[in-house]
Amino acid sequence: MLKLLSVRLVAMLVGLVFAAAALWALVIGLIALATEEPAGHLPYEKPMDLAWSFDGPFGKWDQQQLQRGLKVYDEVCAACHSLKFVAFRDLEQLGYSEGQVKAYAAAKQVPGIDPNTGEDTMRPGLPTDYFPSPYPNAVAAAAANNNAIPPDLSLMTKARGDGTNYVASLLMGYQDPSPELLAEHPEAAPGPGLYHNPYFPNLNLAMAPPIGMDGQVTYDDGTEATIKQMSKDVAAFLTWTAEPTMVKRKQTGWPVLIFLLFATVLAYMSKQQIWSAVKPKK
Amino acid sequence: MSFPWARQYEPKNGLTKFLDEKLPLPRLVYNAVGAGYPVPRNLSYFWNFGVLAGFFLVVQIVTGVVLAMHYAANAQVAFATTEHIMRDVNWGWLMRYAHANGASFFFIVVYLHIFRGLFYSSYKAPREMIWLLGVVIFLLMMATAFMGYVLPWGQMSFWGAKVITGLFGAIPLVGEPIQVWLLGGFAPDNAALNRFFSLHFLLPFVIAGVVILHIWALHIPGSSNPTGVEIKSESDTVPFHPYYTAKDGFGLGIALLLYFALVFFMPNALGHPDNYIEANPLSTPAHIVPEWYFWPFYAILRAFTVDFLIVPAKLMGVIAMFASILLWFFLPWLDKSPVRSGHYRPLFRKFFWFGLIPAMAVLFVCGGAPAEEPFVILSQIATAYYFLHFLVILPIVSSVEKPEPLPYSITEAVLGSDKKVVKGENTSPAV
Amino acid sequence: MADTTATATPETVTTTEDGIRRRDFLDIAAVSAAGIGGLAVVYPLVSQMAPSKDVLAASSTEVDISAIEPGQAIKAVFRKQPLFVKRLTPAEIQAANATATGSLRDPQSLADRTKEGHEDILVTMGVCTHLGCVPLGAAEGEVKGEFGGYFCPCHGSHYDTAGRIRKGPAPTNLEVPEYEFTSDTVIQVG
Repeated sequence: MLKLLSVRLVAMLVGLVFAAAALWALVIGLIALATEEPAGHLPYEKPMDLAWSFDGPFGKWDQQQLQRGLKVYDEVCAACHSLKFVAFRDLEQLGYSEGQVKAYAAAKQVPGIDPNTGEDTMRPGLPTDYFPSPYPNAVAAAAANNNAIPPDLSLMTKARGDGTNYVASLLMGYQDPSPELLAEHPEAAPGPGLYHNPYFPNLNLAMAPPIGMDGQVTYDDGTEATIKQMSKDVAAFLTWTAEPTMVKRKQTGWPVLIFLLFATVLAYMSKQQIWSAVKPKK
Repeated sequence: MSFPWARQYEPKNGLTKFLDEKLPLPRLVYNAVGAGYPVPRNLSYFWNFGVLAGFFLVVQIVTGVVLAMHYAANAQVAFATTEHIMRDVNWGWLMRYAHANGASFFFIVVYLHIFRGLFYSSYKAPREMIWLLGVVIFLLMMATAFMGYVLPWGQMSFWGAKVITGLFGAIPLVGEPIQVWLLGGFAPDNAALNRFFSLHFLLPFVIAGVVILHIWALHIPGSSNPTGVEIKSESDTVPFHPYYTAKDGFGLGIALLLYFALVFFMPNALGHPDNYIEANPLSTPAHIVPEWYFWPFYAILRAFTVDFLIVPAKLMGVIAMFASILLWFFLPWLDKSPVRSGHYRPLFRKFFWFGLIPAMAVLFVCGGAPAEEPFVILSQIATAYYFLHFLVILPIVSSVEKPEPLPYSITEAVLGSDKKVVKGENTSPAV
Repeated sequence: MADTTATATPETVTTTEDGIRRRDFLDIAAVSAAGIGGLAVVYPLVSQMAPSKDVLAASSTEVDISAIEPGQAIKAVFRKQPLFVKRLTPAEIQAANATATGSLRDPQSLADRTKEGHEDILVTMGVCTHLGCVPLGAAEGEVKGEFGGYFCPCHGSHYDTAGRIRKGPAPTNLEVPEYEFTSDTVIQVG
């Protein structure tokens, strides 16, 4: 009994020490809070809530949109951004035939080796090749872009919160900072080589507005290439590159859930039957 | 488990007779989770989570072994092989999402299991060993989950590894050498990634071993129950099979529905977007957070923002974080109430619902929030309460409170009367 | 776990037996559903070990044969395995055609093993049909075996100029993969 009592005494002492330490930090924190100006956040905006064909549990890809998005990536983004986890062969999922994919790949130059000399060279792409990077390495990318390395876009929409909306909003969002914002946060003025965008958490980013005017890309399907259309199309395409299996995932999910619901109802009825024998009668 | 009325295993045919003689595995199963294990008849759905935890351990081992067939633990390619699994391996996306969300579900059911144990004082004699082994399992789970999260080699993986091994740097004198030794380098790289992979593969099997001990220890006194009154007679119990196999089957169905809804329709909801950015040792994410199941403990770590007496703030945070879990080991001896169930402990119950649960909720929210006000202040109040609750309030309350009257037996709790105490009523069946 | 069955109260036993009869159908249905679910899980677990998409996509190879001189062979790679492409000399073609097909272990003529109009181009896997070693004879100066084609050093299988098994333990001729001429100088294998 004595031993148990001492266990509790030690515990109480230890508990008081931890509580005192936490409360001591609290007191110091409160004093600091009362005397110091809290560092505020720059007010950035949440992405616009846009509608997507692949939203929701029944969502499907809009292959036409993905094809348009590929074209925007090709003609706009690809100048600076790689897409290294996507292979040309994957494009068949966008509705292209094997021959079209082959031709598309062959039109791209990918790094290769001269079969005779072994020197590094460029060769036409094969369907099994991955989208080539616009820069040979990170140093070259940094040097060409004022030290801001353009990130790989393969997973961009998964690597940002609400990523599809974020990418589309960011592309559409370039604008001059409002006078009210500058009055309240003078530090929000874009520095040299930076561009203002309310959807970017720092409000200023190194990427110049990539989609600057309507008709920048000519769509094969005749869709009018407005800034909004191009932004949405490439955001949809990048959602596909981030997770090509998304639609298959959702489509697999339904039969699984329906079967499980059925099995669970059966399990419940079976359980009720079994327990009815020992349940108190009301 | 040796209740005299426990049913006996009877091998029926030649094969089972042969097995029973040479290796009585069927008998073991029969007595462990079959008709040979008498269980209190009044268990609520809170008693489902032990079986569910075992189930999710199996899910994790199966999906994990599959993922290991395609993953390469090398900093150059780890992120790429993870994407290879997601894109090219047949059903690879399913295996990975099932594994990532399986970890979350494992923690959800284990937290509910621990919650059950805390409210019903399942740690009290004679079940101390079950509780101690359970805490060991929980610690092993935390280590396994942490190392598993490093493997995809995203930004959160890398910086999580750096921050968590950095905790050891808080130890005076030997801290930094220990951190370098843990990582096999000065920052997380191939050496760290490889050893984490190796241990992440090993530890689940260690957990499985401790789970067996946990279940073994359970079968010595038998299961606890919501009244906390021990089993007195056969009418207090039903055989595990079919009664609790059926109930667990239904519970498993519900758990799987929720689990697969998450896996198929919002598999990244519990993850962090930054982990889809490849690890970059030169750039820290704006807001490093661990996975949600570590948030309460992460909040305790961060609550200690100033030096306390001679203890530096960083060290204090590390000690407090480890202490917040290690103190669970002492619960059986801190709580001296003669009554187990929170249902019959009025004062304990008040502190539990209006003290501990809100404090845990606050710690959970603060752990996931950025280190800024009001979260820092809230986490400091909640941390102080957390330690006071277990180490000061619980010992005192359990000594001074007057428990409410307990039912005579489980049978009485279920049926309103027990024929063994009501004289002259021994002819009607107890069930 | 001593002898305790006798203490089971009669009412419990009666209830249970009665219950089992009534719940038979539901129990069987519930257990069957669980079994079906378990079986369904096996499918992805098994198929994840089959070749992944990138491996399947890499299963076609293009080879430029314009630089191969008569009597020379090149080694290419098809499905991560060596592929021999050889331009036969007239003497080798003659030797191959002079052999009576019927006398062979795996009766095939040179024409069976080459494409029409390109009888001098012999495309075979560089994988011995015995146990999978790479035969010698494709590279300059390697032993070509007793029949002037390929020779597998692992267990001594001799292949002739048409890549047919002539001596040794290999059961069949060197495999001719599916291929086609996409132009006069390029073949696509697979």
